[in-house]
Amino acid sequence: MRRQVEPRIAGWGGISVPGRELRSEDLADVARHATLTRGLGRSYGDSALPPPGVTSIAGSSRADRILAFDGSSGRLRAEAGVALGDLARTMLSRRWFPPVVPGTQFVTLGGMVAADVHGKNHHVAGTIGRHVTALRLLTAAGETVDCSRDAHPDLFRATLGGMGLTGHLLEVELAMTRIPSPWILQETERVRDLAAFLALLAGSARDWPFTVGWLDALAAGGELGRGILFRGRWATPEEAPAAAPRPLARRAVPFDFPGWALNDLTVRLFNAVYARSVPRRVARRIVHPEKFFWPLDAIRHWNRIYGSRGFTQFQCVLPERERSGATRRFLEAAARRGGSSFLCVLKDCGEEGEGLLSFPRPGVSVALDLPMRADTPALVEELAEVVIAEGGRIYLAKDALVRADQFRRMEPRLADFERARDRWDPGRRLRSAQSVRLFGDPA
Amino acid sequence: MNTVILGATRGIGRELARALAARGDRLFLLGRDEADLAASARDLEARAGAEPGSIGTARCDLLEPEGFAPALDAAARALGKLEAVVVTAGLFATQEALEADRALARRVLEADFSGTVLFCEEARERLLAAGGGRLCVFSSVAGERGRKPVVLYGAAKAGLSRYLEGLDHRFRAKGLITVCVLPGFVRTTMTDGLPEPPFAADPDIVARIALRALDRGTPKVYAPGIWRWIMLVIRLLPRFVLRRVGF
Repeated sequence: MRRQVEPRIAGWGGISVPGRELRSEDLADVARHATLTRGLGRSYGDSALPPPGVTSIAGSSRADRILAFDGSSGRLRAEAGVALGDLARTMLSRRWFPPVVPGTQFVTLGGMVAADVHGKNHHVAGTIGRHVTALRLLTAAGETVDCSRDAHPDLFRATLGGMGLTGHLLEVELAMTRIPSPWILQETERVRDLAAFLALLAGSARDWPFTVGWLDALAAGGELGRGILFRGRWATPEEAPAAAPRPLARRAVPFDFPGWALNDLTVRLFNAVYARSVPRRVARRIVHPEKFFWPLDAIRHWNRIYGSRGFTQFQCVLPERERSGATRRFLEAAARRGGSSFLCVLKDCGEEGEGLLSFPRPGVSVALDLPMRADTPALVEELAEVVIAEGGRIYLAKDALVRADQFRRMEPRLADFERARDRWDPGRRLRSAQSVRLFGDPA
Repeated sequence: MNTVILGATRGIGRELARALAARGDRLFLLGRDEADLAASARDLEARAGAEPGSIGTARCDLLEPEGFAPALDAAARALGKLEAVVVTAGLFATQEALEADRALARRVLEADFSGTVLFCEEARERLLAAGGGRLCVFSSVAGERGRKPVVLYGAAKAGLSRYLEGLDHRFRAKGLITVCVLPGFVRTTMTDGLPEPPFAADPDIVARIALRALDRGTPKVYAPGIWRWIMLVIRLLPRFVLRRVGF
């Protein structure tokens, strides 16, 4: 009567390995002997997968208690397994919101710190790391260490964006942001082409704290970069409706779609329809914050539309200001090779974060979903070369396919990061499938 | 409702406590580890927007019956009046582990049966003295029939279920509303590593069902409800079948 299916641990894109996740309310207990701790599994690639030969990792999601919250300063301390969506919903009614949120609410605080996530407000607020004031980790040596900008700053800087490799995150302390109302005022504008897009992003940055663009990655030639720009800010109390935002109903994709469902034709059709769904003129409306920050979360398991073969996401940041035209050259290279993608997201990025491997830097971030096909690894390697040539880098939380030598060429900070690991984990007890692939960790 | 919870620091208890705190119930937490209790109390206060320190805690261990009365008295002092007592705490171990370790078997039997019953007796007296109230205790479908994988654990839970049924018959007219929750297989730290049967549930679902039963005063509820039918079938299976199957 009991089906014994071999348990597997998977990345959001579908890549999986055999293994079990050990979860407990006592995170230190399960993490003590573990090679890695995992949050809610929203990294697309292999950064939250155990290295080859390791069959269990620790899971933080049951260690989800808020330990302290100061209602006047906004200082919050919580166990690393607190889910962002829960935290946001808990605090929204009290007019507080997390200072930086990524594109999904289904991440843990620990995961957010490990990836040093950025959001639609990166151009003003930076990454989550900027707002973190203290961290508590369980190191490879089994010690519980509190670190901050004053205490063990090397460990602190290595942990922001350190993909969980510097120690198991147990507790996170950060500063929440005061908000004037629990609603978002959103503006959408149809954009003609890439030049218009980049100009609009730069212009909107001055007046809008939240900006992001979706663009049609398959439109060719003159229409390259046709899409929709979203910008927003928290509504003032006068603009906001009197009622509080209600919990959103969520649909689920119940099963993997067949492989042929997402192909060049269907995606072009979708993109064409979506581009026209937004009115030509600038449209402004009040929007539920969950719809604004996490539109894809409305459909649970949306990753199943990519079928059983799954997908990967390629996200890079290109130093557009220093190398004008970098974004266009990258998009042209991607369009040339085909590879249907619903989602191509553009974000103007601001200052680089303190985290040694923190992803964003001034320029433009481009994120592309790529269905996993036979030629996808080759495509990813080719795109990585374009990124290297333009002086950009990739986002580890999305990556599954870039080559180790390519990563080294785009990441001069890696040496500092490895030095920090030499100090805190000389035996490399903590590793992931990704760190074995990219950093040369022992398998 | 003024509610005392034994077991709010983890698993189903944590979810149920959050649901109670979210709707404004005044809570008092009992458990084995004081630091853990304090962390859970701060979490519930933060989530409900309640004043820090408004949720009191006291040490209470199902294996230490002499501590039951002082713990419940502390709760009554803090809350003013006890209106509901919830017990989600308990110990679990596999049948193999229990057969191999007599001391473990003794602890599980004492915590899950005699300890829980004696705690409920203290709770019963205080609730009746206060004019009535609710006693919500988590048993398990494992007690519904003697079965190979849960001989000892199931026996303890069977005894507990029978006791709660007796309480319902004897004291409901006097104002003591007994609610016996029978979860099926729930994905918590307690069941980690066990092969998952069909109809396994997450703790938040079970907590929601328990909350509804607590409010309605339902004497016996399966969580999720489908387990009522599953256990009905299992109870009807002939002995020679149960001797042969693995479950």
